[in-house]
Amino acid sequence: MRQAYSELMKEISAGKFVYTGELEPVKTTSLKEVLEGAQTLKGHVVAVNVTDNPTAFAYMNALIPSYVIQRDVGVEAVYQMTVRDRNRIALLSDILAAGALGIKNILALSGDHTTVGDTPQAKPVYDLDSTTFVYMLSKIVDEGVDLNGNRVEEPPKFNVGIAANINADPLEPEILKLERKVKLGVDFIQTQAVYDVERAKRFMEAVDYLNTPVLIGLAPFRSVGMLDWMVKFVPGIAVPEEVQERIRLADKRGGKAAVLEENVEIFGDLARELKKTTRAKGLHLMAIGFEHIVPRIIERAG
Amino acid sequence: MVRKKPMDQILAMIGECKNLLILGCDGCAGVYQEGGRKQVELMKTAIEMAEEVKKGRKVNILTDVVERQCESSFCASVVNPVIHNVDAILSLGCGVGVQVLADMYPNTLIIPGHDTMFIGVEDRESGMFHELCKACGSCLLYETGGICPVARCAKSLLNGPCGGQSKGKCEVGGWKKDCAWVLIYNRLKDRERLDLFTVFRAPKDFREMQHPREFSASGG
Repeated sequence: MRQAYSELMKEISAGKFVYTGELEPVKTTSLKEVLEGAQTLKGHVVAVNVTDNPTAFAYMNALIPSYVIQRDVGVEAVYQMTVRDRNRIALLSDILAAGALGIKNILALSGDHTTVGDTPQAKPVYDLDSTTFVYMLSKIVDEGVDLNGNRVEEPPKFNVGIAANINADPLEPEILKLERKVKLGVDFIQTQAVYDVERAKRFMEAVDYLNTPVLIGLAPFRSVGMLDWMVKFVPGIAVPEEVQERIRLADKRGGKAAVLEENVEIFGDLARELKKTTRAKGLHLMAIGFEHIVPRIIERAG
Repeated sequence: MVRKKPMDQILAMIGECKNLLILGCDGCAGVYQEGGRKQVELMKTAIEMAEEVKKGRKVNILTDVVERQCESSFCASVVNPVIHNVDAILSLGCGVGVQVLADMYPNTLIIPGHDTMFIGVEDRESGMFHELCKACGSCLLYETGGICPVARCAKSLLNGPCGGQSKGKCEVGGWKKDCAWVLIYNRLKDRERLDLFTVFRAPKDFREMQHPREFSASGG
């Protein structure tokens, strides 16, 4: 078991039920929205993930906003890193930079394939996969050497997280993959969005033997359009009919404001249920662009 | 696997050449009925007709087929006797055949009639070809139940599957193709060898597939 270097891991280790948020720097040179989002989340979450070119859309490098929200807002970052766009040299280079800037959490991801993004002509890298990336991080943090055994001066101190596909079908290869990563040195697991309690429970039971803290992902719907997009395009996402119906009815009833209120109820209740009935150590709330819903969901979860 | 280039492209490459040799290959290209005797003759007819209609001229076309175009000695026995009579060779082999010919006859225009796609195999039922091998130089098929993730996973993951898998299908190409890692999982599970599935495969040494590649059959 690796030492808790980050606030996130310190709180988990102390037995607190934690919340994390998520910010998405997009195709802009402005940090305004990211900083506002971080400000909204401050005090409600222990750390905030900063996404790395999600769904292979080319956006701002996640390291800069990760650093700036820590420095200017005082919210800890979970710096997401995908292996899609960097070979092991570029990964190491960014890891050292992150260490120098005081980043304490890295979420090691493979990254959606370039062909599903907004630059499908790009040559994908995948020099490492997310598992070998975890291996690389462990070597650096725990042994102070890179993949080739070259010494790293003043190695960075990170806690390493990974993502889990809570909706995976079949589930067993996903669990076996998580086990393999956990053995290599994983501190926490964040799951993809889940919308029904039974699915979450089944997953939590399956990973119980790994003895690794799990933060279950929740992704409320900003609009009916987003709901439709999630249902149609995001792999492995299963939104129960009842939830879809509630969001759609709310939209008809009172537009955006009503959708927001309905979300607070649906996800607040879901959060409370997960907190009460599973062994999750926390929840990862992905409400990009409407961070103001996060404190309300947490409040309703109790 | 090879795929015939569009006729317009082939005609453009032939340009003003008057004497052409169409050389087929009975190896891989021939087996999959792209570069065999029949295709060579069909190509001859197609070029003759097109040249006559489009350019109003007659091209002298010789045809032949070699057992394996990647073997220069095979090519030599067929091509050497006629090389002084041709301006260009249209190869109906793969990219290797084209390059072997280009090396043998540096003063002759060698025209690729095919786009070489990949190393793979035909599924006779669906008529589709599937890429099976990346020639990566460090075969791990023993660990993966004889299914190669380097060639058959869109991300070439060694420790997959990734989150882009849904119901055994891959996010690349709209969930129509199988996730290689689910195939591997199912195969190993059936054989009660999930211990092989969970083996940690260390970062790949890509020097093995660093091109241009060289290899000595005598152990180098």
